[in-house]
Amino acid sequence: MSTTTRSGASRPAARAARGRRGVNWGKWFTWAVLGWLFLPIAGMIAFSFNDIAGRQNVTWQGFTLKWYGQAFAYSDLNDALINTLSIGVLTMLIAGGIGSLLGLALGRHRFRGQGVSNLVMFAAISAPEVVIGAALLSLFLTLNLTTGFVTILIAHVMFTVSFVAITVRARVMTLDSKLEEAARDLGADAWTTFRLVTFPMLLPAIMAGGLLAMALSVDDFIITTFVSGDTTTFPLWIWGSTRVGIPPQVNVMGTLIFAFGVLLALVNVLLARSSRRA
Amino acid sequence: MRNTPRPSPALLRGLTQARYSRRATLKLTGLSAAALALAGCGVQGQQQQPQDSTDFWADKQSNGKLRFANWPLYMDSDRTQLTRFTEATGVTVDYEESVQDNPSWFGQIQPILANGGDIGADLMVMTNGLELAKLIALGYLAPLDPAQLPNFAEYAGEIYKKTAYDPGNTFTVPYASGMTGIAYDPERTGRTLTSIADLWDPAFEGRVGMMADPQEIANFGLLYNGIDPADSTPDDWRTAAESLKQQRDDKIVRAYYSQDYIQPLTNGDVWATMAWSGDIYQQNAAEGTNLEFFIPEEGATLWTDNMMIPSTAKNPVDALMMMDFLYDPEVAASLAEYITFVPPVPDAQNVLRDKAGTLDGDEQAALEELAASPLVFPTDADYAKLHNYVSLPAGEEEEFTSIFLAITQA
Amino acid sequence: MARERTTATPYLLAMPGWIWLAAFFVVPIIGMLWMSLMTGNIVTGFQPTFNFGVYPQVIATYWEQILRSLAYGLCATLLCIAIGYPLAFWIAFHGGRNKATYLLLLLLPFFVSQILRTISWKFLLADNGVILGTLKSAGLLPDGAHVLSTSTAVVFGLAYTFLPFMVLPIYAVLERVDHRIVEAAHDLYASRIQAFVRVVLPLSLPGLFAGVLLVFVPSSADYVNASVLGGTHNTMIGNIIQSQYLVNNAYPVASAITFVLMAILLVGIFSYAKALGTEQVMEVQAK
Repeated sequence: MSTTTRSGASRPAARAARGRRGVNWGKWFTWAVLGWLFLPIAGMIAFSFNDIAGRQNVTWQGFTLKWYGQAFAYSDLNDALINTLSIGVLTMLIAGGIGSLLGLALGRHRFRGQGVSNLVMFAAISAPEVVIGAALLSLFLTLNLTTGFVTILIAHVMFTVSFVAITVRARVMTLDSKLEEAARDLGADAWTTFRLVTFPMLLPAIMAGGLLAMALSVDDFIITTFVSGDTTTFPLWIWGSTRVGIPPQVNVMGTLIFAFGVLLALVNVLLARSSRRA
Repeated sequence: MRNTPRPSPALLRGLTQARYSRRATLKLTGLSAAALALAGCGVQGQQQQPQDSTDFWADKQSNGKLRFANWPLYMDSDRTQLTRFTEATGVTVDYEESVQDNPSWFGQIQPILANGGDIGADLMVMTNGLELAKLIALGYLAPLDPAQLPNFAEYAGEIYKKTAYDPGNTFTVPYASGMTGIAYDPERTGRTLTSIADLWDPAFEGRVGMMADPQEIANFGLLYNGIDPADSTPDDWRTAAESLKQQRDDKIVRAYYSQDYIQPLTNGDVWATMAWSGDIYQQNAAEGTNLEFFIPEEGATLWTDNMMIPSTAKNPVDALMMMDFLYDPEVAASLAEYITFVPPVPDAQNVLRDKAGTLDGDEQAALEELAASPLVFPTDADYAKLHNYVSLPAGEEEEFTSIFLAITQA
Repeated sequence: MARERTTATPYLLAMPGWIWLAAFFVVPIIGMLWMSLMTGNIVTGFQPTFNFGVYPQVIATYWEQILRSLAYGLCATLLCIAIGYPLAFWIAFHGGRNKATYLLLLLLPFFVSQILRTISWKFLLADNGVILGTLKSAGLLPDGAHVLSTSTAVVFGLAYTFLPFMVLPIYAVLERVDHRIVEAAHDLYASRIQAFVRVVLPLSLPGLFAGVLLVFVPSSADYVNASVLGGTHNTMIGNIIQSQYLVNNAYPVASAITFVLMAILLVGIFSYAKALGTEQVMEVQAK
């Protein structure tokens, strides 16, 4: 993605600036903030190893690995996680698809309704989550629609589609149209040009948009509460279980997902390093 | 793949380029008018015709399967009771922990039931309270058939057969009960607490937890003023609210907890709090904490989580079978052993005592303690101090809730 | 760029997205406005009575929570700027080869559910917990001190939750700033601060604008932080909306509050966008 590769080699200005100072306050500050961001996660990980006997994972009782052995002991927690992931993937596909088309239309063409479209997308992104959740619930109530998996999906696609569209639109607007013209000059028809030239150039933006949609969907709590019906997602299950004590399995799953993220990040960094060296 | 989910700079750039114009806004207004037309008129009354028990059950039979919606962690993770149920009856059970709290569960199922649709559960558990009252008033629950509940008739405690919210068990039978009393940490308070008035003690400034639920907190405010919640009037509510407001504004209350008061109580953030009986028992048993739970002098309230069958259930007969099965004292005892709230089957106490006799060591001691605990098996004297909730006609609770939400949601 | 003739293509491309946004965003918002004008209750149903009186009523009842939410949102936004701007600045100009790594570190916490992280804070900030307990035994804090159940905890939680939304857009803009311009500014102006104020800051304003938007709106409408970290006088308008919808089923009142909140925020956002001249930014981009 663009941020990882754009910078290239460190610039003279940056090098000069760093050399001038004794203590690198900026670095300290950055690491302090990052430490702050990771502190609650450290707490979560630590308490996934807590050897508790009851339901309250509150005070430190000793080290154990047993919760990792029983990570999937709560079948409903597993179901909730599966729901969350399936909704996330479906949101990525649907919002990624229709959002990309919308972004392509907005970035490439001039047509009536563009202004309204931009306004609505801007409003959909700026609207607070409670407003979106409440409004959708009102709609479903008025239509006497059963809330559940499908309504969660509808809501998630709704609030992520604008993000995808904007990402893709920005990419489309910076595309070099000469490449497409060249393809056409070489005799490619419109569809072939799109398939072989335009689409590959848009793909990074489409993927970035889709992944963003999935990330937003997986972590969403507020909108989902309003439209979830009898379907439980991972965040909803956690919220519900605070009543009786959050089982360590939640910490275990949180830790595993986090570890997956770390892994992904490591791969990303290593790949970026090796491609830079090449 | 080198992409990680992150807002790309392109997106962020896009965000800085909002485009809109007066013309666009006008067009949006036009669209809105169309939407208004689509939105139709009102939201209809949601009531269903009440059904007669005999008619309801006349053509129903067991389908060999059951969908059970319960609260999280309200049955052990092996689902012991469900396995035994399947062994005994051949009915397979699809168990979901989908009830997170009463209001949101009600909000989720209400539109479906109003439509006569299937909510995806044949048996569900809800607490006595506003939402249950609404379900009954709206005619969303199947009338139970006493003939098919022999265990209930034989083993259910008397108090659970004549509840104020569903006299005669027309629609519900209890799953588990509990008391809302006071829990405290004697090491921190430095003295024994006995009454609700202790929660108004200025010595505990910033160290008292109250419940956020309008009904729970109303009960305490009413009992503090010597009023029986079940007979209270709107004027009484305002009196109670006045006391609660004073308690809050004197900074005695630290926070209004919706359900998560155990953690602050255990780690000393609060010293005394309104609490549910089973939670405290469980916490002491599991972690060796010495929290005290008591039923205050002024009285406390007994709440009950009830099993009920939605009128649109696909497998109502199997649901009835499950209800009755859970009233088998053996089964009720094994359930109580895990959830540590009050089982509606008094005989479960004897079952637990007998079982304790067959064990030894720590397990025996733990089970004996459970069987002897007044938090799980309240004595008659305890029951005498327990009150019912404020009874509110469905649809007329707005005044009540607004009075008490003004306290907790300031 | 060659301007294409008006054809059906853009409409076909945009249609699915339009339909989705119209059906599940525009219509619901209008529906909510409509619902706010009804009266009734869940048992007897809600009838449209054009009860405009509900608006003065909810404003009179909840003005305190509305103002508090905006104030919390503002504090959280300022806190995010104070922490996020230097962070973005340092990563963009001094991150060197490790820029991408720093950004990844900034985003990694997102792999853990927001709910879980907020609940984790509640645990860490306990009166005798890891942080306060240590400070107290070191004698740095009085014994009675507490952070949980205060406005500070809520604002702090909001800033924690939304900080990356401030850093990323600022970074995205700063990263694009040509370093030669900055160097020229250093030569031109006497001090680094002057160079920053005259050159870098104006260039980063679009990012700051986006950041403020992305932090202020969700934090002032949040209710998770207030429920988990807040105390007796920390209720935000989000909590009210949530409980009126999902606890009381008082849909008209709930819709009216939601609409008031949305109106305040959207009017704020659009006038803010106008004041900062985003339209000009847009025109520059269009060329």
